[in-house]
Amino acid sequence: MITGYIKTPIGDIPQVETRLNSKDILGAIKVRWLIGRDNYMVKPGLYAVGNPTKDSNVFVSANYKLSFDHVRKNLAGRDAWILVLDTKGVNVWCAAGKGTFGTHELVKRIEETQLRKVVNHHRLILPQLGATGVSAHLVRQLTKSESEKGFNVVWGPIKAADIKPFLKNNYKATTEMRRVTFTMAERTKLLPVDIVYAGKKLLGAFVLIFLVSGFSQTGYSITDAWYTSLPSILYIVLAYFTGILLTPILLPYIPFRMFALKGLITGIFLFIALHLGNYMANSIYAILAWVMLLPAISSFMAMNFTGGSTFTSLSGVKKEMKIFVPIQITMAIFGLAFYIINLLR
Amino acid sequence: MIDFKYLGETVSLILNKEKCNGCGMCVKVCPHAVFEMNGSKAELTLKDYCMECGACQLNCAQNAIKVTVGNGCGCATGIIEGYFGVESECCSDSTCC
Repeated sequence: MITGYIKTPIGDIPQVETRLNSKDILGAIKVRWLIGRDNYMVKPGLYAVGNPTKDSNVFVSANYKLSFDHVRKNLAGRDAWILVLDTKGVNVWCAAGKGTFGTHELVKRIEETQLRKVVNHHRLILPQLGATGVSAHLVRQLTKSESEKGFNVVWGPIKAADIKPFLKNNYKATTEMRRVTFTMAERTKLLPVDIVYAGKKLLGAFVLIFLVSGFSQTGYSITDAWYTSLPSILYIVLAYFTGILLTPILLPYIPFRMFALKGLITGIFLFIALHLGNYMANSIYAILAWVMLLPAISSFMAMNFTGGSTFTSLSGVKKEMKIFVPIQITMAIFGLAFYIINLLR
Repeated sequence: MIDFKYLGETVSLILNKEKCNGCGMCVKVCPHAVFEMNGSKAELTLKDYCMECGACQLNCAQNAIKVTVGNGCGCATGIIEGYFGVESECCSDSTCC
């Protein structure tokens, strides 16, 4: 990644390439699956792209390597500085929400890197989503002294891919560059992380259904549990993926705005599909069990996708949880009760 | 582009127009374009699209904007983990939390 060093009054600044190599691309794929994610970072500080001078632009980024790679890739053919903040390896928006991509970290990093001695202007270009953590007017105030002007934050586009058109447009982000999107491709990219992250919950459901599957008319037996739980585990997996995968992909096409309700609907559709396909035992208790369990699981998993989405508010998520968590719990309890009754009959 | 709208009725964003000096910063930082400039004042035109990220509040030098529910993650996983005393990791990747 580092190809050389640029001499400045404060010493040598590492110069990075703008072409991503196979290692960068493989690393990006791996973190999408949560592999090595906690440690996918670059060292905070100042970096050079091309052969920047005292007049070159300063772009501010996070030290999550995926964020940093996006920025340097989109600065190909330019001379610029990249100021990397210590966001503990978290991307700009999440870090801004936590405050690590924040006013104080930026001010501290400006001092620590002695940026004033590297450039002779006071303009910093920040990704717009950093605005959740960085207060532009506070940065100006805090970096101002009697002898020095404060630094001006210019809000750049949301996506690094828009850096070139942004610069061409005289440092103004257009309305399109400023609006966050959530396309099917963007939603799909998030699914591996969500699925791996939520894997523990699925495992917990397996253990639970396995344990209760041991009940029968003759008492309780672990051998029975193995036989009875197998098809049940398959249904649970289907409901889980209906909530965590199918619902996010189809998000705008499923009616209603609450994610939990969307998941409930897809879960009911899953039940209908399985029932019509005659994949389920036809006992009334089994039907009652699954008509409750499948939508409950799907609804819960879909509700958890609110965190991955780009448009849910805290107050809204609290509201839907207040309504749907009790519904999900009730359905799960009754579903399990009917499941056990069906085995004891 | 598909327009994503969440539960507009709960949105706790308040704009105090009297304090607004028309600098236009809120228009620049909002990722859902909920503000528009109307003459020398900002106007809250698409409140239903607000996700309470707090960027406008933080960047309003006039203190004219408040997100009263507190800016946090609109994230069910985070809320549940918080309830059990676990500090939540970021829920997903390019987006968040």
